[in-house]
Amino acid sequence: MHRNYQRFVLLFPIVFWLLCFFLLPLLSVFIYSFLERGTYGGVRWIFTLENYGRLFDGLYLGILWRSVSTALVCTAVCLLLGYPFAYYLARYRPKHRNILLLLVVVPFWTNFLIRTYAWILILRTEGLLNSLLGSVFPNWGPLELLNTPLAVQIGLVYGYLPFMILPLYAALEQLDMSLLEAAQDLGASPRRAFWHVTVPLSLPGILAGSMLVFIPTVGAFLTPDLLGGGKVSYIGNVIERQFKTARDWPFGSALSFMLMGIVLVGTVLYFRTLQQDEA
Amino acid sequence: MKRILEANIGLVFFFLYVPILAVVVFSFNSGEQISVWEGFTFSWYAKLFEDAALWRACRNSLIVAGVATAVSTFIGTTAALAIERYRFRFRTALTRCLYLPVIIPDIVLAIALLTFYVQTPIPLGLVSVIIAHCVFNVAYVTIVVRARLQGYDNTLEEAARDLGANEWQTFWRITFPLIAPGIIGGALLAFTLSIDDFVVTFFTAGVGYTTLSVHIYSQLKFGITPKLNAISTMLLANSIVFILLFLWFQGGAATSRRQDA
Repeated sequence: MHRNYQRFVLLFPIVFWLLCFFLLPLLSVFIYSFLERGTYGGVRWIFTLENYGRLFDGLYLGILWRSVSTALVCTAVCLLLGYPFAYYLARYRPKHRNILLLLVVVPFWTNFLIRTYAWILILRTEGLLNSLLGSVFPNWGPLELLNTPLAVQIGLVYGYLPFMILPLYAALEQLDMSLLEAAQDLGASPRRAFWHVTVPLSLPGILAGSMLVFIPTVGAFLTPDLLGGGKVSYIGNVIERQFKTARDWPFGSALSFMLMGIVLVGTVLYFRTLQQDEA
Repeated sequence: MKRILEANIGLVFFFLYVPILAVVVFSFNSGEQISVWEGFTFSWYAKLFEDAALWRACRNSLIVAGVATAVSTFIGTTAALAIERYRFRFRTALTRCLYLPVIIPDIVLAIALLTFYVQTPIPLGLVSVIIAHCVFNVAYVTIVVRARLQGYDNTLEEAARDLGANEWQTFWRITFPLIAPGIIGGALLAFTLSIDDFVVTFFTAGVGYTTLSVHIYSQLKFGITPKLNAISTMLLANSIVFILLFLWFQGGAATSRRQDA
């Protein structure tokens, strides 16, 4: 009886909090997505499926595709840069390794807004990159780099690269080196040993890193807003507009719900792959 | 092969640090342009002290982060204890639900909370922002404290109880000191996340309530001045102090665990 009481006291705050301030809000956005938009920004309590119907409009499907493909490219680039990085780091002298790791963690703890702003400094027309290029090639005019899809892509890779490196490092650091030696003793070339031993054993890290990069980038709002200059729309920006300027809350809610759906499908696939890998 | 790997290390660090260094260097630039070097000055830092709106935003950020950290550290720690100690019927459901705020994109969480708030008497402003920050902070605190509890030696508590300590004494004398590094680490992480958050605050603050991130965002949107470089550099220095604190506590955790073994 006493133990039950203790358990209740420990569980009550979290259950109360999650029910009131997480599950109820999710339910609320779900309900909103089936309502009609009111004339002056509010909602009318009339059931409709129209908000979901609008998602299949070519315009929004295009924006959705841009968001998903940008997030996929971002994940791939982070993996390409991050894997060799983590691989090298995991084999580095332990004494200096922690310093290098700390240098990866610093950007991770730094304000995201500021890290994005830094790229405005570099990419704008009179920015650092253009002044550097201008001094090397005086005949070139300044390049229009800011407010392009490329700027958004660079900003996203920059923002989320540490999220890829850290889980990859965790997986590669635990790798049992004797397995690689065994593979080579049995006649496997270093390349073969890498693809058949190292990569499969670090799969959990690859998957975790990919999840941590893909999820926030597919719904990114800040990076496209600041580096894309509102000229190229991503799903996060469209959602923001429904709530801040267009005042179409029901449609914004439907978009949010779809975004959550994409992310949850990704998460389920992640856990499936992980389980298969363990089995 | 080794050459390629080394080149990649250099490339990644160059990529990670050049933007940050550019901000720091240009915070000492005397010109009005944010990215054209004209000379060295401290004047932008001096101007920060005269900026009343900035200080108000700063104070708001500290209040929000302070309260949200305290509340979420309490909830997260009790949750971690409950999950690690007891087996109960919705345990798996609870752990999955707990991590959901980390998994879903922040804009979805922000929208969900906004549509919820407008239907409740909770006004948009200080309270709504604190509650919103707690939602994601709780998840992070629980993860960090659970990690600490997993390497935890139950026999010490049993020994305390055998020696006649009651539950309360056992908790404060044995359990708490042992998991304290995890709790402090979780709290530091929560505080940092809270100070850095922009998206959730932007949607749940309503009109007129400004935190540091929202203040910086509006500056970015409506005219960038070199003062922004100075603000950014200050925040950067602040982050570095926090990481060192976090690592110091986690490092202390690692050594004390080794001594236990």
